Amino acid sequence: MAYEAENEGFEAVIGLEIHAQLLTRSKIFCRDSTHFGAGDNENICPVCAGLPGALPVLNERVVEYAVKTGLALNCEIRRQSFFARKQYFYPDLPKGYQISQHDLPICGPGYVEFVSGGAKRRVSVTRAHLEEDAGKSTHHGDYSLINLNRSGIPLLEIVSGPDMRTAAEAADYARAIRGILRYLDVCDGNLEEGSLRCDVNVSVRHCGESALGTKVEIKNINSFRFIEKAIEYEIHRQTDCVLNGERVAQETRLYDPDKNRTFTMRAKEDAHDYRYFPDPDLLPVTVEKDWVEEIRSSLPELPLARAARFVAELQLPEYDATILTQERALADYFERAQEACGNPKAASNWIMTEVMRNLNESGTSIARAPVTAERLGKMIALIDKGVISGKIAKTVFSAMWADRGDPESIIAEKGLAQVTDAAAVGRIVDDVLAANPSQLESYRSGKDKLFGFFVGQVMKLSKGQANPELVNELLRKKLRE
Amino acid sequence: MLTEEIVQSIAKLARLRLSEGEATAFGRQLSAVLRSFNEISQVDTAGVEPLVTPSEITPRLRADVVEPAAGAEEIIANAPEKTGRLFKVPPVV
Repeated sequence: MAYEAENEGFEAVIGLEIHAQLLTRSKIFCRDSTHFGAGDNENICPVCAGLPGALPVLNERVVEYAVKTGLALNCEIRRQSFFARKQYFYPDLPKGYQISQHDLPICGPGYVEFVSGGAKRRVSVTRAHLEEDAGKSTHHGDYSLINLNRSGIPLLEIVSGPDMRTAAEAADYARAIRGILRYLDVCDGNLEEGSLRCDVNVSVRHCGESALGTKVEIKNINSFRFIEKAIEYEIHRQTDCVLNGERVAQETRLYDPDKNRTFTMRAKEDAHDYRYFPDPDLLPVTVEKDWVEEIRSSLPELPLARAARFVAELQLPEYDATILTQERALADYFERAQEACGNPKAASNWIMTEVMRNLNESGTSIARAPVTAERLGKMIALIDKGVISGKIAKTVFSAMWADRGDPESIIAEKGLAQVTDAAAVGRIVDDVLAANPSQLESYRSGKDKLFGFFVGQVMKLSKGQANPELVNELLRKKLRE
Repeated sequence: MLTEEIVQSIAKLARLRLSEGEATAFGRQLSAVLRSFNEISQVDTAGVEPLVTPSEITPRLRADVVEPAAGAEEIIANAPEKTGRLFKVPPVV
């Protein structure tokens, strides 16, 4: 929000269009596989290759996933929606039109709530509609090559209202949508591989104005960080334009992450006139109430609700709850760990530090974490019972991560249990006092601060395994002698 | 009356190249078609639901099952130009 102060008198109006690839096995209108790593043009048939006479037949699961997402975004689900032809020429669009939904899409107005900048935000969802993806073209100078494997992959386009005012808020909205799609298991949300694609609409206007400025679209931004940076750049650029008395051109721009700037892709003047009309090959999609209710009852607890429950029932700080619920698998992991130890805050701390750091360093997903939630929980319980200290637990954790071991057997094998035997700790204390006569003398003559020095020496000599409370107690006693 | 400019821009969208004579002739014909539709649009349709399809049938949806694409080889074999298994087309960028 730095630019708010800089661009005094201006505000940005931001809306997002998010294309989510739905996780179906087969394509939207034919039986070809949606498998990502298939060989060139392996998954094509007369329907998705656009051969004359081929007829589309709608995939049931596509409709189910669209309704599921619509419900999660609080959208009105239309009993009847329609497919239309969006017409333009491009070699990777074999029919010369894309089957999409124009007016009356399957999901009508709704909204999504999420946390941004520590506050709860609500952004309206204008619509979410179904469409087929186009193929992929690669360009080689004097010719282009076309792969139609992607042609006919089901997409759900989620369109937000122009409700956002800052780049950070827009990026958080996109993250929230991705989180919901992943919770619902309808899209894997991979921006880099293109299974989630973001187009951003940005305009600026003087604060207090209600009319919208000229809208610029930034296409295909492939990370949340870039969404934020691209919008920030664009707000600056447009504000400068207006301040210099220039006109902001309505156009489509691309973001270049290396240069951190946007540049013109095409002017909207020669934008396509798509000449939509209802697709005569497809009947209206009918979704009866019973089906909607059946899908509604299958909805999982969504990130925001889950975070609220973690705060209310498990007394987690809001910050922890928000981070832990971003990914469903991480939230599941946390819940299992906290059940195993009965100490939610400790489980949260371990996950947000050790677990997440190790996952990042090794590039592993939480589902494949070598330390299971149950073992992490068990280890935390051992700390709480005083079997190991928090410091030693880090050693135990590393060993569990490396060898997929059980905490109890690691503690036993490596002799890491805390020394709680008063006689054993007492001997170490005696040794320390005997080895440091000058410090002992200073302490006894009033230098109280040396107490910490003795504690440190005892812990060092016991390799960190002496029970700290016992050390304190025995030291205090023996120093008084 | 459709101007020649409009006719040419429609032709451009449809990837058609029209001579001046053709543009004038099509302009006349399209204008006649448009006049008929304009007449229809005079009808008062207040309270009438838009009709998207005359069919009352509810479509049967297809189960999400993959069937190995048997036609792929034939489609590729029929391509006028290809490189490996990819379709080769004139440059687009």
